[in-house]
Amino acid sequence: MAKITMREAISQALSEEMDRDPAVFIMGEEVGVWGGTYAVTKGFYDKYGPNRIKDTPIAENAIIGGAIGAAMVGQRPVAELMTINFAFSAMDYVVNQASKLHYMFGGQFTLPLVIRAVGGGGRQLGATHSQTPDAIFAHFPGLKVVSPGTPEDAKGLLKSAIRSNDPILFIEHATMYQVRGDVPDGEYLISIGKSKVQREGKDLTIVTYCKGLELSMKAAEELSKEGIEAEIVDLRTLRPLDMEPVLESFKKTNRAIVVEEGWKSYGVGSEIVSRIYEEAFDFVDAPIIRIAQKEVPLPYNRTLEQAALPQVPDIIAAAKEVLK
Amino acid sequence: MAETISMPKLGFDMAEGLLVRWVKQVGENISKGDVLAEIETDKATVEVESSASGVVLQHIVEQGTMVPVNAPIAIVGVAGEVVSEQKTESGNQKAEVKVDEKPAAPTQPVVAPVQPASSHLESGSVKASPLAKKIAKDNQVDLSRVQGTGPNGRVVRKDVEAALTTADQRPQPAVSRPLSAVVVSHEDEFVQLTKLRQAIARRMTESKITVPHFYVTHEYKMDAVMAMRKQANEYLPDNEKLSVNDFIIKAVALALREFPNLNATFAGDKVVRHGAVNVGVAVAVENGLLTIAHKDTDQKPLRQISGEVKAMVARARGGKVKPDDIEGSTFSISNLGMYDVENFIAIVNPPEAAILAVGSAREVPVVENGEIKVGWRMKATISVDHRVSDGAEAAQFMQKLAGFLENPVRMLV
Repeated sequence: MAKITMREAISQALSEEMDRDPAVFIMGEEVGVWGGTYAVTKGFYDKYGPNRIKDTPIAENAIIGGAIGAAMVGQRPVAELMTINFAFSAMDYVVNQASKLHYMFGGQFTLPLVIRAVGGGGRQLGATHSQTPDAIFAHFPGLKVVSPGTPEDAKGLLKSAIRSNDPILFIEHATMYQVRGDVPDGEYLISIGKSKVQREGKDLTIVTYCKGLELSMKAAEELSKEGIEAEIVDLRTLRPLDMEPVLESFKKTNRAIVVEEGWKSYGVGSEIVSRIYEEAFDFVDAPIIRIAQKEVPLPYNRTLEQAALPQVPDIIAAAKEVLK
Repeated sequence: MAETISMPKLGFDMAEGLLVRWVKQVGENISKGDVLAEIETDKATVEVESSASGVVLQHIVEQGTMVPVNAPIAIVGVAGEVVSEQKTESGNQKAEVKVDEKPAAPTQPVVAPVQPASSHLESGSVKASPLAKKIAKDNQVDLSRVQGTGPNGRVVRKDVEAALTTADQRPQPAVSRPLSAVVVSHEDEFVQLTKLRQAIARRMTESKITVPHFYVTHEYKMDAVMAMRKQANEYLPDNEKLSVNDFIIKAVALALREFPNLNATFAGDKVVRHGAVNVGVAVAVENGLLTIAHKDTDQKPLRQISGEVKAMVARARGGKVKPDDIEGSTFSISNLGMYDVENFIAIVNPPEAAILAVGSAREVPVVENGEIKVGWRMKATISVDHRVSDGAEAAQFMQKLAGFLENPVRMLV
């Protein structure tokens, strides 16, 4: 086991897959000569050359549209969006083309496409560059949405995504590239569409993913000092959603909170809570609480931005509330 | 034509009832007079009879809902009938329901809003988590008897589990052990009041605060009643044997007919002297007592009184009293004779004006014609609302009662 950063884990996944399969190539803004906005593809240009590391114009519809075309003719593109907020410029390609081509053409085409996108707030990038619109993308059948919370999962899931024949949106969090974690030595894959218990506990279930996992783990440590043992279920994939570990945990603890960074309304938490009520109603011992971003465009001001984002004390307070 | 069945008003002070259980499900046939549902009032669980025949078309409220008096609870009509719209307002006991004769897609009728109770402390319906309800159902725990410790008194899993643990410990086999081995718990136990207990607490406090009581005790010679009872029972089958209390009930009823002022209700600026003599009999039930109301007691023969009282007592103890069983008494008797009680004093049961507390009939040394001999004696104490009557009248009533009890043949003619 090596302790590496999220950035290194993603970088390793990309280079391992490029080494393994010559059909894999990368395209996006500043991915080549500059080495990537978050330095994920640093050195790739020199190693793989301009044919496999393609710098693109600042035109997201061209990036996603081009990648879709390449995938349709047998390549395995990894298209990078500097931030997920720019996916809105390419929304028609993501929603109407990538998600549906396989169905619209009666299965004649598969779409082995990965869109890597950087999401989340907390870096004072302003309202239009700090959003967490994961739920929007998870809404559409035909598009898989993956969002890891640990370096181990990021590497294993990205490698699986690149090998998958389905279009996959792979969401990384802007503030987590420096997060370190143990990663298995050598080759490994992690299946897409499997939730995972990241921490075992008996008192309540925290359902979360991505940045929410980092916050929840910290909250769980604090709660543990007070004798409250939270079980944390990491969704890892928003679509297809694996509820089994969530329900299994909930049937044990009977109390849950859901932590996400996006807005609460119509969000991931709403989906999880609904499914628990639908599938485990007789196990509900207290109303489930959703922790999410305040319902405002995220402020630029640091104090206000932090106040609008979910924080560790919010999770601790919700855990105590749900245990009342 | 479909008919709406409403929450009946089962007592003069009943404002709402808890629908405990649907006895007839949607789609089942029902005849007028059949039991449709069970409801719980302040006093007891009672059965609601259908006022219509046909098929149960719809349950308007769910089990566990607190329903205001006269609010609709169900619709009974002809099989296949489609209830298209309902304009029932709570208050209309039998609002007619508009019915579409042609089969069409069934739609939900618009009904008078019936609010589920928000807090079981206030209204009687129990607030519990789905998990608590499931565990309670699986283990047949009555949630209304479980104290909720969750937010707003919600019953949660640990409350039901605690109740189960307590219940598990209850039926301990009676094993005789050396005294030193007996484990005594020093922990205080908190017992949630049942609805019946709450009602008793409220009514008895109200009586003691608002009704100025006075008491008159009289000792009765019971030799004649004891002898007559023995003689009569020789002719009666086992399940129809007369009790001493049956004689007392009959005697009280006859005496009341001559003392209408004690068969009365104080009503502010007047006293209501009731036309009927309906003798109430206090019955010990689990966690409290109920007063069953025997109707027209003075007009019925002993054997009939005995049979009717027995049936009502059985229903009261079984938690299945009918509304009519517990409403309308005009005077009450509380008899602790079976517990070897010399004498005791009862609290007037509002809105009645008096109650008779009866002790045990016992063989004691008595003086008759200057000689000491053995005789049957029984003490009874009447408690009276002083706003209605006075000591002299009560004493005369007690004497009149003696006239019947000491010459019981008078009760037969």
